[in-house]
Amino acid sequence: MKPPPLDYIRAFTTQDILSVLANAGSDTRILAGGQSLMAMLNMRLAQPSILIDIMHVGELTGVTIEHGKTVIPAAVRQAELAEWQGLSKTLPLLAQMMPWIGHAQTRSRGTVCGSIAHADPSAELPLALITLDGEVALRSRKRRRVVQAADFFSGTMLTCKEDDEFIEAVRFPVSDGKAGTAFREIGRRKGDFAIVSCAAIARGKSVRLGVGGVNDIPFIRDFDGLEVSGIPDALNELAWSLDARGDLHADARYRRELVRNLGAQVIGEALQCAT
Amino acid sequence: MRNLKAGQKHPVEFELNGRSVKGQAEPRMLLSDFLRHELGRTGTHVGCEHGVCGACTIRIDGRLARACLTLAAQADGTQVETIEGMAPQTGRLSVLQAAFRRHHALQCGFCTPGILMSLDTLLQQNPAAGEDEIRDVISGHLCRCTGYRQIIDAALEAAKSLQKETADA
Ligand SMILES: Cc1cc2nc3c(=O)[nH]c(=O)nc-3n(C[C@H](O)[C@H](O)[C@H](O)COP(=O)(O)OP(=O)(O)OC[C@H]3O[C@@H](n4cnc5c(N)ncnc54)[C@H](O)[C@@H]3O)c2cc1C
Ligand code: FES
Ligand code: FES
Repeated sequence: MKPPPLDYIRAFTTQDILSVLANAGSDTRILAGGQSLMAMLNMRLAQPSILIDIMHVGELTGVTIEHGKTVIPAAVRQAELAEWQGLSKTLPLLAQMMPWIGHAQTRSRGTVCGSIAHADPSAELPLALITLDGEVALRSRKRRRVVQAADFFSGTMLTCKEDDEFIEAVRFPVSDGKAGTAFREIGRRKGDFAIVSCAAIARGKSVRLGVGGVNDIPFIRDFDGLEVSGIPDALNELAWSLDARGDLHADARYRRELVRNLGAQVIGEALQCAT
Repeated sequence: MRNLKAGQKHPVEFELNGRSVKGQAEPRMLLSDFLRHELGRTGTHVGCEHGVCGACTIRIDGRLARACLTLAAQADGTQVETIEGMAPQTGRLSVLQAAFRRHHALQCGFCTPGILMSLDTLLQQNPAAGEDEIRDVISGHLCRCTGYRQIIDAALEAAKSLQKETADA
């Protein structure tokens, strides 16, 4: 349960990060909050030979609002975002989700971008990014590109990020304050990864439902002109359409049941606060 | 940038409970091991080494951290606080520690240093914390002995005495 031998590089500027990534190969990893990576190193599930600590790069700190988007750079810890004054106004759904990401003891170190890069299918932040139409700003020494959340994730712990790229920031469109939002999840214990999580955004009779923990990638479905009486059937159809699988935490049937129940709860709550 | 090569020991220096400390560590050395083996501060316990049990919980720059998910090299230049810094003086317990003793909030004591660090942080940030907040913070720890009830009772009592202390001050 100890990390393998590796070089530790402490970066102080974005240029430091870019030059190390450009010169080193696929065995280089960014070290952000370490709340997923360090556990993987201890278990030798990852064996990189170089770690680049990005948490001392001043350029990557501080949440801002630019061009109608809330911008969260790579060195912003989850606890810092949760404490940011503007969160509940600009991103009410995300504000509801933050307390469910791990424990106070992991949010204090883990970063927002690190969770997006890690791409765990049960993680709250990828679900939030997809449900809220967020985007990922990637950068390498050669280029900068912006990828929509829906295109960023490609599977369980897989993304379209290249080896020489890092996530400079993630951006969420600022809420217009008119939509109702709700979030719920079920896990064995508060703070554990969710077995199933559901997030809903309602505008009038249009509802978007985001579901985490069931597929390799968080899933969204838009329901237009949804009547309250039609919700159970719509959710039942959705639950069966998802590729629910059984694992050590829960079987497929239970996951479908959670999609139906949590889905109905969050849709109901979102519709209620939209009006 | 600062580059610490694998397989070699490098100096690591930080403030531990208000005093400057120094030691040598390979880049891969965990902060939990650095505290215990290099500095001889065995108050920070080690259970799972993957962030789940909470036994190794400390504070880095005022925020809670798992020492087992932190490299010693990451702590260089920071302010680290561990259970050894909690008692106000030798032979005197903090309000929270004394409440733990009164309520039998520990049996084997393996989980205790981590839980105390978390609850101490909670009560500093939110002296009005109630049972919900206390339970939420304890969810980041595993205790195999007490069943948690006594821990919650101790924390509630400590919160009450600390609130009274500030009201009287
Ligand atoms: C006990 C425990 C419980 C947890 N429970 C939950 C939970 O319920 N929900 C949840 O969502 N998470 C949970 N987590 C994980 C936690 O949220 C992590 O903080 C998060 O997944 C990773 O963020 P990090 O900053 O710690 O990244 P790290 O662990 O430092 O890195 C994770 C991965 O992302 C890469 N990476 C990090 N930042 C960047 C970047 N800017 N650009 C490119 N690559 C990058 C790293 O190279 C690594 O591969 C839990 C963790 C623990 C220890
Ligand atoms: S030893 Fe660090 S959390 Fe278990
Ligand atoms: S007192 Fe024994 S594990 Fe908590």
